[in-house]
Amino acid sequence: MDEMIYTAMTGAKQTEIAQAINTNNLANISTTGFRADLHAFSSSPIDGPGVETRVNAVVESYGTDMSSGSIVNTGRDLDIAIQGDGFIAVQSADGGEAYTRAGDLRVEPGGLLTTGSGHLVLGNGGPIALPPSVSLTIGGDGTISIQPLGSGPETITIADRIKLVNPDPTTVSKGADGLFHLSDGGIADADATIKITNGALEQSNVNVALTLANMIELARQYESQVNLIKSSEDNADAAAQLLKMN
Amino acid sequence: MTQALWIAKTGLDAQQTRMAVVSNNLANVNTTGFKQGRAVFEDLLYQNVRQSGGSSSQDTLLPTGVSLGTGVRVVATEKLFTQGSILNTERALDVAISGRGFFQILKPDGELAYTRDGAFQTNDQGQLVTSSGYIVQPGISIPEGAQSITIGRDGIVSVKLDGQTSTTQVGVIEIADFINPSGLQAVGENLYVETASSGPSQSGTPGLNGLGSLLGGNLEGSNVNVVAELVNMIETQRAYEMNSKAITTNDQMMQYINNNL
Repeated sequence: MDEMIYTAMTGAKQTEIAQAINTNNLANISTTGFRADLHAFSSSPIDGPGVETRVNAVVESYGTDMSSGSIVNTGRDLDIAIQGDGFIAVQSADGGEAYTRAGDLRVEPGGLLTTGSGHLVLGNGGPIALPPSVSLTIGGDGTISIQPLGSGPETITIADRIKLVNPDPTTVSKGADGLFHLSDGGIADADATIKITNGALEQSNVNVALTLANMIELARQYESQVNLIKSSEDNADAAAQLLKMN
Repeated sequence: MTQALWIAKTGLDAQQTRMAVVSNNLANVNTTGFKQGRAVFEDLLYQNVRQSGGSSSQDTLLPTGVSLGTGVRVVATEKLFTQGSILNTERALDVAISGRGFFQILKPDGELAYTRDGAFQTNDQGQLVTSSGYIVQPGISIPEGAQSITIGRDGIVSVKLDGQTSTTQVGVIEIADFINPSGLQAVGENLYVETASSGPSQSGTPGLNGLGSLLGGNLEGSNVNVVAELVNMIETQRAYEMNSKAITTNDQMMQYINNNL
């Protein structure tokens, strides 16, 4: 059969993958600090004898939309949102350093500070461990000050400082765990200029209208590809008809 | 079948759970000492369909790959322990905690539970109990014929007996605190029980060591912010609709290929 059917099939298959990426953005519309994944199609020619007619469309992750999500006030002491660019440094499952925008923090019974999904938050020297405290305040630059248990308000001390980083967006990519990693596997330097807001959370940055429009476009694109498969079948039918004896 | 269908399904599931949390908050808008819940969302693992940085030829690398997210899930429904509004009731046995801490309650099974609901009563033996009849710890008995009961900021319960001019101290209400109150497990009846993630309870005298102080004659209202919950509800409903739209679209794609090939 004609190679056209395979080109169209690849197009339909790749559109399905793109639709899955798009649907994942839609599913994460309420995920704190979520960053939308972008996709793009690129042409991948297949070289061979004859005229160059076969060019497959192949979907590619085009990185992540790094624009900020809207910041919503929650009033909870341990909720923080980063203003503008930057990330909160956390420990990934393999013990390395990873970055996230989700600032719904909590204190474990042992005093370790973690994010809502359980990753340890990193400070000046590794994971942040807080002594038992009466009150806890996170400052605009990530400094955590506490009033130790059994002392008055005059004894407020600085416990640690959340490591905030601002690597070049082109050098970070989303890993399989949903956290951001430096593409070269390295560690970003702390940036003292990043400002955070206390008592607020950053919402997902998924653009609803854009995502829905993408969804429709991809569905139509898929239909076009299916139509091409159908046409190629019709062509083959017609050819078979012509060549029929009697 | 297509992955997009299942990804959209995780979105529907998660929004459904969030709606349940919002509804529960709204239902408990008048529950004494209720703390609002919040659904915490997390994106699921990503699949690498094509690894970025793989070799496209001997000398060239793929600049980008394809990684496919697999949806969303509700990773926790946590309680927000912000202070609820203090309502003056003038009833002697109503107590509110202003600040951190929980009343300690002995459940019928012998386990300790914790609550912010200080609408106490006395039982047939004069013991201080919750509305469900569970005994407040440490146990306090109000003697028969008490004319008036006063609960001080530091938890001292004193009564004035008939025919006496001075008051008599009958016990002290101690309250307990946790390093991570969000880790407590809500078990209904306004009660929470200790878990591994809440940490052990540290009980003490109200007003000392960072514990809140008690306000007799007051109750703590629910800390549910009705406006915020209604906005949450609208957002949840729309997000649900969008995910169901994604399912319809994917269904139509499948239908199209079935009908045309």
